[in-house]
Amino acid sequence: MNKNHVICAVFAAAMVVSPIFLNLYWVDVLNNIGLYAILGLSLNFILGHTGLFHMGHAAFFAVGAYVTAVLNTTLGSPILWLVPVSGIAAAIFAAVVARPIIHLRGDYLLIVTIGIVEIVRIALVNNIFGLTGGANGIFGISRPDFFGFTIRRPTHFFYYIWLFLAVSVYLFRKLEDSRFGRALNYIKEDELAAEGNGINTGHYKLVAFVLGAFWAGMAGNIYASKMTIISPQSFTFWESVLYFTIVILGGSGSIPGVILGAFLIAGLPEVFREFASARMLIFGAAMVAMMIFRPSGILAPIPRKYKLGRWRKKEALR
Amino acid sequence: MELFFQQLTNGLAVGGIYALIALGYTMVYGVLKLINFAHGDLFTIGAYLGLTLLTAMGLTDKLGLGVGILALAVMVMGLVAVVGVVLERVAYKPLRNADRLAAVVSALGASIFFQNAVMLIYGAKFRVYPHNILPKMAVNILGLEIPLIRIIILAASIVLMIALYLFVQKTKTGTAIRASAIDQGAAKLMGVNVNRVISIVFIIGPALGGVAGVMVGMYYGQINFTMGWMYGLKAFIAAILGGIGNIPGAMIGGLLLGVIEAMGAAYISIAWKDAIAFFVLILILIVRPTGLLGERVAEKV
Repeated sequence: MNKNHVICAVFAAAMVVSPIFLNLYWVDVLNNIGLYAILGLSLNFILGHTGLFHMGHAAFFAVGAYVTAVLNTTLGSPILWLVPVSGIAAAIFAAVVARPIIHLRGDYLLIVTIGIVEIVRIALVNNIFGLTGGANGIFGISRPDFFGFTIRRPTHFFYYIWLFLAVSVYLFRKLEDSRFGRALNYIKEDELAAEGNGINTGHYKLVAFVLGAFWAGMAGNIYASKMTIISPQSFTFWESVLYFTIVILGGSGSIPGVILGAFLIAGLPEVFREFASARMLIFGAAMVAMMIFRPSGILAPIPRKYKLGRWRKKEALR
Repeated sequence: MELFFQQLTNGLAVGGIYALIALGYTMVYGVLKLINFAHGDLFTIGAYLGLTLLTAMGLTDKLGLGVGILALAVMVMGLVAVVGVVLERVAYKPLRNADRLAAVVSALGASIFFQNAVMLIYGAKFRVYPHNILPKMAVNILGLEIPLIRIIILAASIVLMIALYLFVQKTKTGTAIRASAIDQGAAKLMGVNVNRVISIVFIIGPALGGVAGVMVGMYYGQINFTMGWMYGLKAFIAAILGGIGNIPGAMIGGLLLGVIEAMGAAYISIAWKDAIAFFVLILILIVRPTGLLGERVAEKV
């Protein structure tokens, strides 16, 4: 058991007991932080690990939320069944839109993904297919139901969201260390060298996109069932900017960094509510200052170490 | 046909505004390889400064119409240029050798800062531009009644573009700007003061953006503190359409985008007006990523 495990365990224990000491308002703030952390993790996979400048993540989040809302309100499908469904819908959407643009580099990709999130928002406002309810959105989405136990109160949602986050952290941690995750890191560091070493960069980038979108779609499901009402205003370009800053400020490619970023971006504005009108001003200035003084984020990822295999030791002894 | 020509002139006027903003993006991108996300907000600041100068100082009453508007344009250009230079010094200069992503986030932060600063100073509501500055006249061209303001905006933006084009092509400073855009290192070795070039780019770009803000105020009659980012994004699309980093490209891209948007709004659907620009963007990046006038550059390895 090393230092990191202790920190993780203390943090997890603190989170588990925190609803007891907090009023409902702050529990709800923690719920938002949890949702932002899930979205940040899913974007981190695309932006932090693969190094793709993706600023349209709110589009995938929106697809997940709207698929949940439409299927739930029209067909009455249970929310929990729709968790994978909305993830898959977002993933398919991502695969379709990302396929022609995945080869674009840096800034071009950034601006196209902004275009995608704007087109999705405008499509939602214009009541596309007559399903999305236009600017008013969709209301009357039901709550998730666990074998007869309905998740309704903020405290219930707290455990639901943070459990989902914990599972996400575990899975993303595994993925990071896998052959697939290392290939993505390689693409980020040097795309050309990666390709030269036999990594199919286009394919890997697309898979990273699709996987990130899948997770964002599931987050959309949670959001829809938490709010019970969704409208296009929740899925703007600025929402994407928030996810982007969560990843960059916290430390791109670092899971603790992303969670810290979610606390800062979604939590700090709540703490400074007294300065309501000036807080976004300070937020903007802080973003600039942060990039000047610590451009790799607050908790930049630590370079990973891999143990050499036994055969190397034998080799060395010989 | 009436509708077609009305939309054409409307599109050209709006396109001229896009082109002026796009020039700021394309010049900064050319020299620094940075999307200056705060540029749209400099445009908003220009619009609001123009409003203050018009209402609080009553420029047009004191100086007469023609001189008043000219003075207004010059003052707005100067003031926004100061903001632009300060922006560059504070938010971009320390990041010149840093990761590209850091500069993008810094630009976004600056954009949020400016947007909220404007909101705190002027309030969150729409502000109305004084509508009686220009006489409500329409000019009759070949049987078409075209509002005077459209012609003035188009003419003014074309004059500014030609002036900029001549400046960049014919003067020594202009040559230095072009050289720094092509290869900063080589330009430095040839004795170009790249820092000075960057400062000049951050004077010209925001000045043009600021004057475009005044034009929008006069054309639509109302301004809002969030309008900058939509105009900024569209202008950036115009810059890509023409070929990013290419100055004549930004001009043509701006005018073209304005016309495409006006035609789309008239003949396809007004509700999808804002999405048309983004469809154009996706199309151009798939078909011809270098833009209309961009040269094919060998990818750096």
